[in-house]
Amino acid sequence: MSDALQHDIVIVGGGGAGLRAAIALAELDPTLSVAVVSKVYPMRSHTVAAEGGAAAVIKDNDSLDAHCYDTISGSDWLADQDAVELFVREAPKELIQLEHWGCPWNREPDGHVAVRPFGGMNIERTWFAADKTGFHMLHTLFQTLLKYDEVVRYDEWFATKLLVADGRCQGVAAIELRTGQVRCIAAKAVILSTGGAGRIFPFTTNGAIKTGDGMALAYRAGVPLKDMEFVQYHPTGLPGTGILITEAARSEGGVLLNKHGERYLSNYDLGEPLDVHDPKHPQMRSMELGPRDRLSQAFVKEHEKGNTIDSPFGDVVHLDIRHLGEKKIDKLLPFVRELATNYAGIDPVHEPIPVRPVVHYMMGGIHTDINTATPLPGLYAVGECACISINGANRLGSNSLTKLLVFGARAGKAAAQYVGGCGAISVAAIQSQAVDEQVRITALLNKTGGSERIVSLRTDMYHAMESGAGIFRDESSLKRTCETLAEVRGRLRDIQLDDRSNCFNTELIAALELENMIDIANAVAHSALARTESRGSHQRTDFPDRDDANFLKHSMAYQTDGGPPRIEYLDVVITRWPPAERVYGAKPVETAGE
Amino acid sequence: MPEQTITLDVFRYRPDEDERSTIQSYDVPYYEHWVILDALNWIKDHVDGTLSFRWSCRMGVCGSCGMMINGDPKLTCAAFLKDYFPRAIRVEPLVNFPVERDLVIVMDDFMSKLTSVKPWLIRDDTRPMEEELLQSPSQLAAYKQFSMCINCLLCYAACPELDGDPDFLGPAAIALAHRYNLDSRDQGTAERQDILGAEEGVWGCALVGECTAVCPKNVDPAGAIQQAKVAVTKDWYKRLLLPWGKR
Ligand SMILES: Cc1cc2nc3c(=O)[nH]c(=O)nc-3n(C[C@H](O)[C@H](O)[C@H](O)COP(=O)(O)OP(=O)(O)OC[C@H]3O[C@@H](n4cnc5c(N)ncnc54)[C@H](O)[C@@H]3O)c2cc1C
Repeated sequence: MSDALQHDIVIVGGGGAGLRAAIALAELDPTLSVAVVSKVYPMRSHTVAAEGGAAAVIKDNDSLDAHCYDTISGSDWLADQDAVELFVREAPKELIQLEHWGCPWNREPDGHVAVRPFGGMNIERTWFAADKTGFHMLHTLFQTLLKYDEVVRYDEWFATKLLVADGRCQGVAAIELRTGQVRCIAAKAVILSTGGAGRIFPFTTNGAIKTGDGMALAYRAGVPLKDMEFVQYHPTGLPGTGILITEAARSEGGVLLNKHGERYLSNYDLGEPLDVHDPKHPQMRSMELGPRDRLSQAFVKEHEKGNTIDSPFGDVVHLDIRHLGEKKIDKLLPFVRELATNYAGIDPVHEPIPVRPVVHYMMGGIHTDINTATPLPGLYAVGECACISINGANRLGSNSLTKLLVFGARAGKAAAQYVGGCGAISVAAIQSQAVDEQVRITALLNKTGGSERIVSLRTDMYHAMESGAGIFRDESSLKRTCETLAEVRGRLRDIQLDDRSNCFNTELIAALELENMIDIANAVAHSALARTESRGSHQRTDFPDRDDANFLKHSMAYQTDGGPPRIEYLDVVITRWPPAERVYGAKPVETAGE
Repeated sequence: MPEQTITLDVFRYRPDEDERSTIQSYDVPYYEHWVILDALNWIKDHVDGTLSFRWSCRMGVCGSCGMMINGDPKLTCAAFLKDYFPRAIRVEPLVNFPVERDLVIVMDDFMSKLTSVKPWLIRDDTRPMEEELLQSPSQLAAYKQFSMCINCLLCYAACPELDGDPDFLGPAAIALAHRYNLDSRDQGTAERQDILGAEEGVWGCALVGECTAVCPKNVDPAGAIQQAKVAVTKDWYKRLLLPWGKR
């Protein structure tokens, strides 16, 4: 094996979170050696797909407490309030920073940035760049990073293992796709920013690359995965493909209709519909601007009542934005029009868009503290792969993009501080682990006689997750899911690849991603089985109520040797907003903390 | 499996095994709602795991899955089988790039061209983080279109100039440089001048306009290059006539 590559800090992941961390490091201390490893060219990262916007308090009618309250009540009180307060406080600065780097935020006539409302918000505070916010943010960050040529990029390198020696994380093993070589990338600190894991479900807004790799790497290194049972379904995905129709379609005034043309959300404690031409429509925290978990659950109930609409790709409801008119749609929602036209074959200017709930976001992830540090010294995590937690049991739309920036910058700072004081790298020890990793991967590549194809295992995992760990779950559905996943995990041993090539072997990568996904799926299912209450996105039909006495706690899944994960619990941090009922439907709420 | 199938004739090349490229034919199920990327994934899953290609978002925004389809550069996640059925579809890697393997091209040269135009906001001052740089909607509109590029490289495959002159910066990189030059917050036009004004910069383009025709995001790189030519020329005259720098 070639010599180890060496850096002070290696960031695994070139999405919004990883790039923000890299820029923070480059600005903080140009003498630090920083590397970004990414399995795709950074501008292909899935942050690119985010549409609606990024939340931060900027307008006079808003307040930090209001943003905190919306986030905390949205989280069904499972968010850590110290983390939320910090996040909300640093959010405006980070979005202005992005503006200074060139992000084309939409503007008011007077030149200030414009904001739009988003679901679960008391006051509009979502900054946006039309409906391609993530695209513009990612390209702005990537292009800004190009300025710092001292930051080394390993584009199209796939990290397979964290290298740990002397109780510290000291690097990663990664496959260079072009050559197929496994290399040891040694570093005093590693920042994981590998994104979410929506691909453990068959129907998702997440791109092919969102396979939970970083979560799996940390999990195998002994780091707990926190709150994994909380999986966000976005209420409006296109049937068949799962392509997202952004919440911004509703914040600009779009409405949801069942097969009778009724605004059915009014039957689910989400308020009363106002006429679409009423100047007060849409109302904050009400109806179509309720939180995602509640809207997705309402769909399932409507389905059970027989009020949804048949489609070749599963039942749908209608998202109607026709009353906005062509001009407004083209100005504020051009991507919605493009996507609906291309992928649903309808022009939303003239027809309602068929939509159904779709797996969108992982609230859970690698356990970190408020400074993005994991319990493993030298290992930091940030972005969707990490759980701090500001999202709790249900993420508020448009908080994630902001989270990438706030905690990305923070991860950079924390890691820089850590490498200033940690010892030297034990290169020999970790290089030998990387050699073992090369042996493992070569064996997988050259294996013969296996009988399982990737697609069959993946399909079985999909089915297990969709049928047993979806929007509504119960003990027996979850137990079945856990059993199937254990069986699928066992069959992985029998996997057989067609491709023996060392050059750009995407089948090999898919097999490694599958292994990661199965481990993550397992953590999700077992965490869900253990949480015998309903909270936010985790709805147990056998335990329909929230149980603060027993479960105002984060679940922490630890990998065990071969068996199911061990689930422990960690108290939620409450500062100024004691647990209360979640109230939606334009009823007045007291947002100020105590 | 539907009754109907469609044939994909796919370019194959593995550098560590093949001496030259070949075309391999696959029969895939035909569904009206399938895009070419779906068909490629079906092949990879069910028939031949050795076929390599890039893809991710499958919603036309990550820019990974550009390929030559019957000779035209397309995003395969946005090209539907139904627009070709029942005839066979030829799938090849984007032209004007070296091939890494199968449908995967080498992007190194593009990445360095992109970096060379300094595609970041350049300003002399730094503002406190409490303060937005104001920008009116019309100032935003001045460059917005040129900020929509997803780096899918279809325009590089379409460009006849790149065929003859591989050093030409190319449509996407020039459009991006022009995007920053047009941004009211940017003060870096002079710094981008040397590269844009060089022979491999805007002057490498003969305004054939193919780039604009194939752009899936309506960026209009040809328009950007045209405007950039005018700007570069004006600047050149200013430099010539006012050599003492009062530009
Ligand atoms: C369609 C869609 C729309 C959304 N809209 C919004 C919105 O409007 N507002 C909002 O706040 N949030 C939105 N979200 C959520 C938000 O976009 C994501 O949570 C966020 O972008 C994730 O960013 P990230 O940096 O953590 O990860 P990503 O952008 O997913 O990047 C992950 C990075 O890790 C790298 N990586 C992964 N595994 C490996 C490995 N094994 N080796 C090497 N590199 C690896 C990848 O190459 C990539 O660079 C949306 C999400 C989706 C799917």
